[in-house]
Amino acid sequence: MPPGNARMILKGIGVSPGVAIGKAYRVDRDRVSLVYYYLPSPAQTEKEKKRFDAAVDKTEADLKEIKSKIAGEFPEHSFILDTHIYMLRDRMLYDETIRLIGEQGINAEWALRQAVENAQLIFAKIEDEYIRSRISDVDYVAERVLENLTGQNRRSVAGIKERVIIVAQDLSPADTLQLQVEKTLGFVTDMGGKTSHTAIITRSLDIPAVVGLENVHQAVRSGEILVVDGYAGKVIIDPDEELLNYYYERQFKLDNYRKEVTRCAELPAETEDGYTIKIQANIELLEEVVAVIDNGAEGVGLYRTEYLYLNLDDPPDEETLFWDYREVAEIIYPEMVTIRTLDLGADKVPTRMRKLGETNPALGLRSIRLCLQEDELFRTQLRAILRVSGITKNVRIMFPMISGLGELHAAKDILNQVKQSLIQESIEVDQDLQVGIMIEVPSAVAVADLLAKEVDFFSIGTNDLVQFALAIDRVNENVAHLYEPLHPAILRMVKQAADAGRLAGIPVSLCGELAAEPLYAPILLGFELDSLSMNPMAVPRVKKIIRNANLEESKVYLQEVLQLSTASKVNEYLCNLAWRRFREDFELFEDEMGRLPAANGNPQ
Amino acid sequence: MVRKEFTVLNKLGLHARAAAKIVQTSSQFQSRILIIKNGREADAKSMLDIMTLSCPQGTRIELCAEGKDAAEALAALAVLFDNKFGEE
Repeated sequence: MPPGNARMILKGIGVSPGVAIGKAYRVDRDRVSLVYYYLPSPAQTEKEKKRFDAAVDKTEADLKEIKSKIAGEFPEHSFILDTHIYMLRDRMLYDETIRLIGEQGINAEWALRQAVENAQLIFAKIEDEYIRSRISDVDYVAERVLENLTGQNRRSVAGIKERVIIVAQDLSPADTLQLQVEKTLGFVTDMGGKTSHTAIITRSLDIPAVVGLENVHQAVRSGEILVVDGYAGKVIIDPDEELLNYYYERQFKLDNYRKEVTRCAELPAETEDGYTIKIQANIELLEEVVAVIDNGAEGVGLYRTEYLYLNLDDPPDEETLFWDYREVAEIIYPEMVTIRTLDLGADKVPTRMRKLGETNPALGLRSIRLCLQEDELFRTQLRAILRVSGITKNVRIMFPMISGLGELHAAKDILNQVKQSLIQESIEVDQDLQVGIMIEVPSAVAVADLLAKEVDFFSIGTNDLVQFALAIDRVNENVAHLYEPLHPAILRMVKQAADAGRLAGIPVSLCGELAAEPLYAPILLGFELDSLSMNPMAVPRVKKIIRNANLEESKVYLQEVLQLSTASKVNEYLCNLAWRRFREDFELFEDEMGRLPAANGNPQ
Repeated sequence: MVRKEFTVLNKLGLHARAAAKIVQTSSQFQSRILIIKNGREADAKSMLDIMTLSCPQGTRIELCAEGKDAAEALAALAVLFDNKFGEE
């Protein structure tokens, strides 16, 4: 625990990293108070419609003014204001309010409120979470019109004079955009989550932010000293001098650490004793290639291809797939892209397959099994991948969930047939195309030596391997606590697969969540893998830790860890190791270790 | 009346940004323009209508315009759909 005391410490969700220290500035966004009444005469209804129309005009002018002010600074965000301007005149709000005033003889405030409530009902039924959450934009637009109708004004965030930490219940996109960046040290809000506008905008502006604090707006008074810890998701209200000094020091160290990690993201992950391991990225969407490059990942170690198939009645056609894969491959060139063939099923089920109704979908008709049964689905995807391989030459194919040689042969047969037919059509295919498999079913580990002779590479998928080997469905909350990636059985299986690959002379990578965990990096190195593949954001720090590590040492750590009997002992070992050997990479992230069950308090 | 079928090609589907562009374009024409998905209709001049129609990537929709400038309106909207709303 940090030293010292504070009036209050709140825990929320850190959405933008960094530490901010400064005075609180409360933004009050209480709803305008409304009066509802019936209009006495038809003449009054006509006047009321004009009053509403004038308030909409005024709101439009307000929004346009904000837009013109921010357009230069945040061109990518000004479209949010455009959508608000269109919503103002939308028939669901504008026409509906006018209709309600006329038909029911009620005042504009009442009519608009009813129109908004009707829209809320329609939005609430939408499946797409992103669109459903956009009702907040409708509410926001309506609130602004109501302000202009009643003449009540909220305290604007545009008038802030000194550098402050903004404290609000919630910030609308327009509020966020009106903030003067140079005067904003940090953000804390009651509402919001990792994907809210506040989160996205604060991250892009590099301002520390903690959201989802529930009652910070009530708890804080303007002018109080606040500390916002965007890493730990904490807000400290009115700390004493001792605690404040602790955070000043933490802020300084974290900023330096972050700068160093980011600055070195491009450097290879080469250990002190000269062993280099490739650090690659896992992606699911074409858009993520930007993050791959920005974070210094050396190619894509796992391109999950399910996204294009979800929420669709029919699978995408060959051209759609071809262009998607080609774009990824061209952007990543000259690095390699490993495209995993369809891994549909279990938690990723497209609309048309929901009727299967299996009682145990994780062990059901999914992944490569589904592809081998739905021949056309599989061939279409393989054609698209092979066509791209002929053009860009930096693509590898990987089959998921292979359980033994039978499935591998069946999948390779189809691949060869597709290849032959493309060649007959005079379409170029990469002759050196590498074909590999995911090692994620325990039976594949047991026969890894046999599989290794027939593929060009292995990629160990720890997420499913843990689930299958430990017989734990991790979405089942009754057993989720038994999901232990550090279980000695898992470590031994990874070792067995890695050794089998090395013996056969094929490259082996590891692409589960295990790879992204900085704490595990020192022992993963001991497996002498060829690459680790992880979410792009995790790349820079894992690379840095590996650069501080040493292969010969890591082999010893791994030997020791393989002797331990339980996951919690392994975890304790790793925490101690991190503290002893890699302190500079972990001391600022105690939360990371606190989160792990075995680390009680400071590991010494 | 003019009709034409389209597939939503942009990654995000008809979310806020794409919907705003449809409204912006449609509003320049006199014609009544509808977006039809599985028999459900949305007014192409209403953002909220379009968003609540819920059209992710890959959705097949039909545009239907009625009025003096229906053909021009449809041609203008076709450009948006073909260019994936400028998203890529």
